[in-house]
Amino acid sequence: MTIGLFIPCYVNQFYPQAAIATLQLLRKLGVDVVYPPKQTCCGQPMANSGFEHLTQECNDLFVENFSRFDYIVAPSASCVLHIKDHLHSADDPALADSIRTKTYELVEFLTDVLQVDTLKATFPHKVGLHQSCHGLRGLHLAQMSELNAAPFSKPVRLLNMVEGLELVDLDRPDDCCGFGGTFCVAEEAVSVKMGKDRVQDHQRSGADYITSVDLSCLMHLEGILQRNRSGLKALHIAEILNATH
Amino acid sequence: MEKALKDHAALAEEFIKDEERVDWHDGALWWIRQKRDIAAKNIPEWEALREAASQIKNNVLSNLHDYLLEFEANAQKNGITVHWAADAEEHNAIVYSILKAKDINQLVKSKSMLTEECHLNEYLIERGVDVINSDLGEYIQQLDNEPPSHIVLPCIHKRKEEIGAIFHEHLGTEKGVSDPTTLTRFARRHLRNVFVTRRAALTGVNFAVAETGEYVVCTNEGNADMGAHLSEVQISSMGIEKIIPKKKHLGVFLRLLARSATGQPITIYSSHFRKPRPGQEMHLILVDYGRSRQLGRPDFRDSLKCIRCGACMNTCPVYRKSGGLSYHNTISGPIGAILAPNLDMRKHADLPFASTLCGSCSNVCPVKINIHEQLYKWRQVIVQEGYAANTKVMGIKAMAWTLSSPASYARIGKAGRWVLNNIPFAVNNKFNPWYKQREMPDGSKGSFGEWYAKNGRNEEEGKQPETTQTPDVPLTDMHHER
Repeated sequence: MTIGLFIPCYVNQFYPQAAIATLQLLRKLGVDVVYPPKQTCCGQPMANSGFEHLTQECNDLFVENFSRFDYIVAPSASCVLHIKDHLHSADDPALADSIRTKTYELVEFLTDVLQVDTLKATFPHKVGLHQSCHGLRGLHLAQMSELNAAPFSKPVRLLNMVEGLELVDLDRPDDCCGFGGTFCVAEEAVSVKMGKDRVQDHQRSGADYITSVDLSCLMHLEGILQRNRSGLKALHIAEILNATH
Repeated sequence: MEKALKDHAALAEEFIKDEERVDWHDGALWWIRQKRDIAAKNIPEWEALREAASQIKNNVLSNLHDYLLEFEANAQKNGITVHWAADAEEHNAIVYSILKAKDINQLVKSKSMLTEECHLNEYLIERGVDVINSDLGEYIQQLDNEPPSHIVLPCIHKRKEEIGAIFHEHLGTEKGVSDPTTLTRFARRHLRNVFVTRRAALTGVNFAVAETGEYVVCTNEGNADMGAHLSEVQISSMGIEKIIPKKKHLGVFLRLLARSATGQPITIYSSHFRKPRPGQEMHLILVDYGRSRQLGRPDFRDSLKCIRCGACMNTCPVYRKSGGLSYHNTISGPIGAILAPNLDMRKHADLPFASTLCGSCSNVCPVKINIHEQLYKWRQVIVQEGYAANTKVMGIKAMAWTLSSPASYARIGKAGRWVLNNIPFAVNNKFNPWYKQREMPDGSKGSFGEWYAKNGRNEEEGKQPETTQTPDVPLTDMHHER
């Protein structure tokens, strides 16, 4: 099994340590991982702004980079959801279809494909899990509070395998953080207010770290935390699942 | 309407300036969302009910023409005069002509979002007809000369002290009185007098049953009933999508409506209106006003399933933080943002962008409208039709160009990080909306692509990676045990 590692544009530029942790974690689980160097972006920033018609070149590039792999794995629920919902190819629609079905978010891949049930990881800290909306309601990584349906949570299941880690209870465990792509600048006031309220929920609960399957949410929350000189830190889930202390 | 000149982002920014109010507004709506959750989770078949409601509405939208004619014929058989209005102007003219024929110049109106959409009050007042809204929230909004900010809770953005001040100014209550019970009693006394003196009453319609020609109006205050029962002329206005095929389908919708709206098992009053009392006239106006156009848009047709419960507003974090009036449209929140562009795409081009696409709305919706997917689709339509701001078009085109080529992306990514590290004031200034209240991400670590070129393969061959940077968490060994 060979995996194509899909590292979204902003993760590549700003959060290399999360990408490295993803790579190392997968390799330690015995998976053959390759990073195709010519990748850029899934096209979501354009598409969510109403410019899906400008994303064909991003789509073609994605198909070119990733069609040869058994699975494509990324440490970002949002980008994965975009690929699953919107990747298409004018030249080879069937190929795009197959890529859409074999693209996985990291937690989903560890849970559903590798079926990981133990991890030798240690992270002796209090952690608050921020549910990325695209992970929760898009990829269904956990049960959302809106539905009358049986609870489950793929990220919580994995975090519970980490020694020393204590998950804190939040008042609003699946409220949106307000990042929302270009929303974060186009609707700056609402975006920041939403982010501040999420941060406060984690602070109230006594968390040392906020973690998530999406760095876009974390980048936004981290920006707010740092502006307010908070001791609370944001860390991608791959770095926790790959940590030894 | 001066306010319409500002877009959602600007109006929301104004609302957010009073952070204490935002916290209170957000908390009040979240409390209702929680009541809704408890009510929904008390019914094991909740998700099945939503599915049934969605399918019934699907059937209605696919056979609307036939159901409307069936409803019209049965309503006429019951003695109701049925009118058809293509748009707001026609609707308002019909109401006025009914009143004029009876020489009536006073109307009491219970809650009807449709008549708000049609700006009926302004139309009638201009023609010398005095209109009073009898729903308490709408009454308060009318006194304050503001449109409703929420379809179920019209003055949810107002605090009780503000309502006390409005009552003092307009109704002469004692200054400083803000106790809700006292104010409600006062409003009730005032409205009682309105009810007994008005010869004509107008109500909205929640559900119209094709099979029987009757219609159902749901309220908590009984104000629709009070108006209708005392009136000599009863007028009811309904959007053509409010039809349901059979009376037995009501059970599905009545169970969903109040639970979704406020967490109540059912509205206090679910009143069936079927035929006029002896000596009474009943008029029903079937209004299109853009609905058939929306029905013809395959991507947006499902928005017509809406039963106006307001659950999508209560759950929407953007709505909770920005207030209903920031949507500058009668129907605010997520559902308003997918309905409004159908009526005026230029005026409402900002609304589908007033969302993070978090998807909560679609999942509380009792008729399973894919609201967040429609928001995404409206964005595409608005851009394609040329209603996006020019600056945004240029920016996104530059972004698409950068990201379509690996070489330009690597170059610009590097340049972006260089700028962040070496001349942070270029981005860390007030013209960068990110930086206003947030620090920029750290660009000092080099890209993963660069790291992988140096270390990625080595690691693959089992060698230790070079430590060219110090990540936040040590990247040490971890084993997978089976």
